[in-house]
Amino acid sequence: MTDPTTQEIRKRQKHRARIMALLLVAFAVLVFGITIAKLGLAT
Amino acid sequence: MTQAPAPSTTIDSALLPASPRDLFALTKPRVMSLVVFTGLCGLLAAKMPMPPVLAFTAVLCIALGAGAAGALNQWYEADLDAQMKRTQGRPLPAGRMDKQTALHFGVGLSFFSVLLMGFATNWHAAFWLAVSILFYVIVYTVWLKRRTAQNIVIGGAAGAFPPMIGWVAATGHLALLPVLLFAIIFLWTPPHFWALSLFIRSDYDKAGVPMLPVVAGLKHTRLQVLLYTLPMAAAAVLPWPLGLTGWIYGATSALLNAIFLVLAIRVATNRAEEPSGMKPEKQLFGFSVLYLFALFAALTIDRLLLP
Repeated sequence: MTDPTTQEIRKRQKHRARIMALLLVAFAVLVFGITIAKLGLAT
Repeated sequence: MTQAPAPSTTIDSALLPASPRDLFALTKPRVMSLVVFTGLCGLLAAKMPMPPVLAFTAVLCIALGAGAAGALNQWYEADLDAQMKRTQGRPLPAGRMDKQTALHFGVGLSFFSVLLMGFATNWHAAFWLAVSILFYVIVYTVWLKRRTAQNIVIGGAAGAFPPMIGWVAATGHLALLPVLLFAIIFLWTPPHFWALSLFIRSDYDKAGVPMLPVVAGLKHTRLQVLLYTLPMAAAAVLPWPLGLTGWIYGATSALLNAIFLVLAIRVATNRAEEPSGMKPEKQLFGFSVLYLFALFAALTIDRLLLP
């Protein structure tokens, strides 16, 4: 059994990891959008 | 006989990884809202057709750059923030985050915002974004804030960059109007902050920050509020006679500046020593925020609606 501090650290790490994953997906979508827009401008 | 210590039920927050909420608080979201708004207005006022995704990215970069500067400011000023009522609940002075996390977050966000701005829009805009971050962190926070009562006068330039950055992101170059927008915010900052510092003077005094009311007294600060209002009003009205905007902006600007001037005169003639008697200062501070939002909204509407 883990102590409350370790449990709380794990919980917060998981929460941060989930938010980081969402931000990375959003960033990938944004870069895709920027690329398409830039290609549109170039042509 | 010694008694065994009771098991602790509280967790030392310094041991925990910083929460996303505290990282967000580090970016000074309330300040960021004004930065984002003025940046967006600068971008729209340029009247340059731009793919929405690029316009969104430009404003996002301005927001992230402002957030990065805010985080680095809080990293450097953690000791100062701990001494002031208004700021002691922030993540660093409250002990919810270690300083290194704040530093890494601020530096990382700075690089990310500048590089993304460069790749998505143009490197001229990225350059001004980098200048604004460096100006706020190095010139204002590190160099001026603890050394001179003119801290807010020169440091005000940091908050004046966003409309210029928005304009350059849209057009790729500077022009007279964005420089005037820079001047308006630059000249608006002293009366805005001095009105605030008049009624929280004891906080600055306690923290040893040489704000004007602490160094030069209430009477001198009140006079300076009025004196800075005059060039601010002149700069704010100027785009209209110069033909850079139409009557919508001209009429709104004249009205807003008249109200600002009346409130500044009331501040200049107030003799109260205690915050409880500083209603004119509180009114001017509150109105100054509304003033900037309304002025930039009028500018954008004017530029978009009128030929």
